[in-house]
Amino acid sequence: MKRTTSSFEVNGTRISAEFDTRTTLLDFLREHLDLTGTKKGCNHGQCGACTVMIDGQRSLACLTLAALCDGRSITTIEGLANGDKLHPVQKALIEHDGFQCGYCTSGQIMSAVAMAKEPWGESDDEVREAMSGNLCRCGAYPNIVAAVQEARAKIAKEQPDA
Amino acid sequence: MREFELVRAASVADAAKSLAANEDAKLIAGGTNLVDLMKEGVETPGTLIDINAISGLRDVTMSDDGGLMIGALASNSAVAWHPDVQEHFPMISQAILAGATTQIRNMASMGGNLLQKNRCFYYPEENARCNKREPGSGCDAIEGINRMCAVLGTSEHCIAANPSDLCLPLRALDAIVHVEGTNGQRAIPIEKLHKLPGDTPYDEVDLRHDEMITAIEVPPSPIARNSHYRKLRDRTSYAFALVSVAAAIGVEDGIISEVRLAVGGVGTVPWRDEEAEAAMVGQPATQEAFSAGAAIIFRETKAYSGNGFKIDLAKRAIVRVLSELSGDAK
Ligand SMILES: Cc1cc2nc3c(=O)[nH]c(=O)nc-3n(C[C@H](O)[C@H](O)[C@H](O)COP(=O)(O)OP(=O)(O)OC[C@H]3O[C@@H](n4cnc5c(N)ncnc54)[C@H](O)[C@@H]3O)c2cc1C
Ligand code: FES
Ligand code: FES
Repeated sequence: MKRTTSSFEVNGTRISAEFDTRTTLLDFLREHLDLTGTKKGCNHGQCGACTVMIDGQRSLACLTLAALCDGRSITTIEGLANGDKLHPVQKALIEHDGFQCGYCTSGQIMSAVAMAKEPWGESDDEVREAMSGNLCRCGAYPNIVAAVQEARAKIAKEQPDA
Repeated sequence: MREFELVRAASVADAAKSLAANEDAKLIAGGTNLVDLMKEGVETPGTLIDINAISGLRDVTMSDDGGLMIGALASNSAVAWHPDVQEHFPMISQAILAGATTQIRNMASMGGNLLQKNRCFYYPEENARCNKREPGSGCDAIEGINRMCAVLGTSEHCIAANPSDLCLPLRALDAIVHVEGTNGQRAIPIEKLHKLPGDTPYDEVDLRHDEMITAIEVPPSPIARNSHYRKLRDRTSYAFALVSVAAAIGVEDGIISEVRLAVGGVGTVPWRDEEAEAAMVGQPATQEAFSAGAAIIFRETKAYSGNGFKIDLAKRAIVRVLSELSGDAK
């Protein structure tokens, strides 16, 4: 087996590991670090269930080789809440009933958190476009859009410069 | 996935040297296309050369004369949201944003986008015949599912469409692709980068094995401010184009002074027909003139069982986009 060594940060913790060069970030998070909040839906970049932040940018963990994360900083759904205090997007998803089975939810949340800092417009159509990389097989879309809109407004109010 | 060695390149020269030393090596940038195809077993490099640490290849700069120089490692997102790109070349920004999703655009590099593989249904299918994947095996798309395939530039060996949205405005604007290999640097006009399938559909681009794309140059084009990218697909977002149009037009006193037009989803390479543009110049900016220009582009098509609809759809999309743009220009 061909191996490589990399070090990167996951949710603020420094990780150094040696692994098979073929390991994706998704498998590394789930199988090596036991961070199973990031989901494997399609494993081919088509569903968004595996969305994580890499250096603050939302990215697909299933198409990212872990070895290419050397020196980078990764945030997963597990790193979002501040202790027991949920992130506003997490809260809004619960309040708006933005899921059924929940399989897509961590990806939806990561996308929505990132989206709040991207230069999208404010309409529901813009939210749908900005969130189109996150598929929901349960079809919870209307409630997801409502949750994203509420959270976005809240974030803008709390951190006007963010 | 086949096992592979990972090498990290510190410079362009380094990457070129590693490529030259190893027939079996491939560069990896965002990995959004390559990793996917490695999982499918279509791509089987024995060595991957990570080029992401090479410095100086992420800048997007506008020159005094109004041209753009875009580093090969700039992310698709960074270019799409760049204020100069949005203001002076709106169709480039719109084309990028019409492709894939934010997660993928954040990862995807500009160089990788130019070289992305086709999306023919049979290409990644292990049990299907495909002359790109397995030269000489045949083409199952010709008599199979070919809704996403081309009607222009096809051959009896391959009908796969070039799927890149970005390549269309770049083709319309005569972009230049800068590359560097062990023998030095070259500038390739984008029209020469992608090759028609002909008898050798597996030979896709005019790049030598040891060459790496370093930058994309977009020459100045004052009419590009008045440009637009329209993409028609099976769902509103997150799908490859059935048909798309990248267009810029200049209109003076109601007369067409210049047109730049490329059409997506229909060609085996990013499709542009300069004859159609020339025929429109000097004509009144009317739907008749746009329609006559569109007819020239599609004068020699070959439609297959499931994609003949694209011809009319594309012609109408061209007329619509040019009409809207010339309305704006008056
Ligand atoms: C689900 C999904 C949907 C998509 N939808 C669209 C869409 O609608 N429209 C669209 O246009 N695209 C779409 N894409 C494709 C996407 O745009 C490409 O995957 C991306 O642009 C490739 O860039 P990359 O940096 O990730 O390339 P990589 O995957 O890293 O590389 C791709 C190829 O280019 C080579 N390469 C990379 N950089 C260089 C360089 N500097 N010099 C020489 N060779 C290089 C690699 O060796 C490889 O062969 C989609 C992709 C996915 C996964
Ligand atoms: S699991 Fe990564 S996009 Fe579906
Ligand atoms: S809640 Fe089930 S997939 Fe979205």
